[in-house]
Amino acid sequence: MYTQALNTSDADDRNVEDAARAAAFQARIDADERIEPNDWMPAAYRKTLTRQISQHAHSEIVGMLPEGNWITRAPTLRRKAALLAKVQDECGHGLYLYAAAETLGTSREELVDAMLTGKAKYSLIFNYPTLTWADIGTIGWLVDGAAIMNQIPLCRCSYGPYARAMIRVCKEESFHQRQGFEIMLTLCRGTDEQKAMAQDALNRWWWPVLMMFGPPDKVSQHSDTSTKWKIKRFSNDELRQKFVDATVPQAQFLGLTIPDSEMKQDEAGHWVPGPIDWDEFKQVLAGNGPCNRDRLAARRKAHDEGAWVREAAAAYAEKRKRRQFAQAAE
Amino acid sequence: MTIANIQVSETPLVLYTLRRADDALILGHRLSEWCGHAPTLEEDMALANMGLDLLGQARELYSYAAKLEGKDNDEDKFAYLRDVRQYRNLLLVEQPNGDFGRTMVRQFFHAAFADLYWRAMMQSKDATLAAIGAKSEKESAYHLRHSSEWIIRLGDGTEESHRRAQTAIEDLWSFTGEMFAVDDSERGLIDAGIAVDPALLHPQWLKTITAVVDEATLRLPASNWMQQGGRSGRHSEHLGHVLSELQSLQRTFPGATW
Repeated sequence: MYTQALNTSDADDRNVEDAARAAAFQARIDADERIEPNDWMPAAYRKTLTRQISQHAHSEIVGMLPEGNWITRAPTLRRKAALLAKVQDECGHGLYLYAAAETLGTSREELVDAMLTGKAKYSLIFNYPTLTWADIGTIGWLVDGAAIMNQIPLCRCSYGPYARAMIRVCKEESFHQRQGFEIMLTLCRGTDEQKAMAQDALNRWWWPVLMMFGPPDKVSQHSDTSTKWKIKRFSNDELRQKFVDATVPQAQFLGLTIPDSEMKQDEAGHWVPGPIDWDEFKQVLAGNGPCNRDRLAARRKAHDEGAWVREAAAAYAEKRKRRQFAQAAE
Repeated sequence: MTIANIQVSETPLVLYTLRRADDALILGHRLSEWCGHAPTLEEDMALANMGLDLLGQARELYSYAAKLEGKDNDEDKFAYLRDVRQYRNLLLVEQPNGDFGRTMVRQFFHAAFADLYWRAMMQSKDATLAAIGAKSEKESAYHLRHSSEWIIRLGDGTEESHRRAQTAIEDLWSFTGEMFAVDDSERGLIDAGIAVDPALLHPQWLKTITAVVDEATLRLPASNWMQQGGRSGRHSEHLGHVLSELQSLQRTFPGATW
């Protein structure tokens, strides 16, 4: 669904790279050429992308949990089918993002293992709970909306497999976003209880969604390399502002109040949010969000309980290969 | 005053259609419980696919039942506002997922039947049921292929997977007989060329599952004792819990639009 700007750097690794090849590489980037898996690339570029794409993949997979929490309770058969299909889409996104990350030379097993052991991160937004049906609408409307803001520029990312994956992901995400908004619209046109449910969900998700864009530019030290490599094309604050400007009129249309008493419209027409609680961001990132432990436990449980199935499939494939080999030898 | 449970005029054809709709909904719901928790990502996708197929079948069948009944019931009222005793699904489909082996054996037993059933339904004199049969047959053919492949992998995989698959077969076997049972209400529809006579499908079903189970180095139980009751609303204890979850929002906020 969305990979978060964690802003760690591997700049030191670049010292060991051959300067001439690095210069030629940068020239290709500057000329807006796509880098493909078999092309030479600096080790730090490879490492940055592996981390970013795999974090994005982990986010898709962990992101199945909060929404999956409502599949069995969806209020109509149409909503149930749409939600199941949506969560299945997230799974598909995870799959082809892992495949894109694998083109950089790390296996899916290793990447998943890094997530399960807590070494690799996923988007902090999925560490918040889905308490009511309105949360499903809000996730589609805001979380997928924020994801789209981040991912549209990634369709032009310098790394070919990632950029191509993003084109497909973005198409599906924009469908999810409209679906989420439509859930909210139905609630807001519904009973008083439903409208209160919608407002409550917005109150709980608004600030975490703004944090999805990562720390403010003034403390974000490591975007430079990603920008130079055309992995990142807009700063965290630029994307956050675009998102807020797009979302405020939508909230007004729904008749919902954004839970920010300090938000003001500036002279240029931008909606400027009040201060974001970055301590909360740090706490959730450090593993102290409301659902961090539950999410990892659920993923580990699925992984552990599925081990015998994966072993059986591998054992059967091996037996079959041996039999075919024996047959061919006869 | 809003109603708790809807009343359904169960004419033979309405009842017949609802029974198939309930099978599809409850099995689809069970599969949807796996979403996000499957042994591999590929299997997560496959389970959701099958669940979506079944939900789609349920919706078509409920809508047709509503049309036949001609009152103000619709797909959601049938799904969300009937209690356990009004549900008409097979006991097999409401059985809990258990481990992946148990889910696959349940799917396998049902898909091997559904594939034959929907194919036969394509000959129904009822044009709507024939059309639903044509669409559903394609889907159940995939469900059968997918679950058969897993039965073979699990049976002929490791000692542990063999043991788990064998246990699942033994645990679920007694729920398979109900698929082939016919009551008076269906007999008339069968005679009129509208409904499928499931008893005629039993030999082919047994042949299909025996071939797969043999290849998987597993065994079918010798017992012939079969549980019955789902078709007339006498369910296992499991269905009530499925419904309490499935219906929770509609029951909590009666009459709201979602």
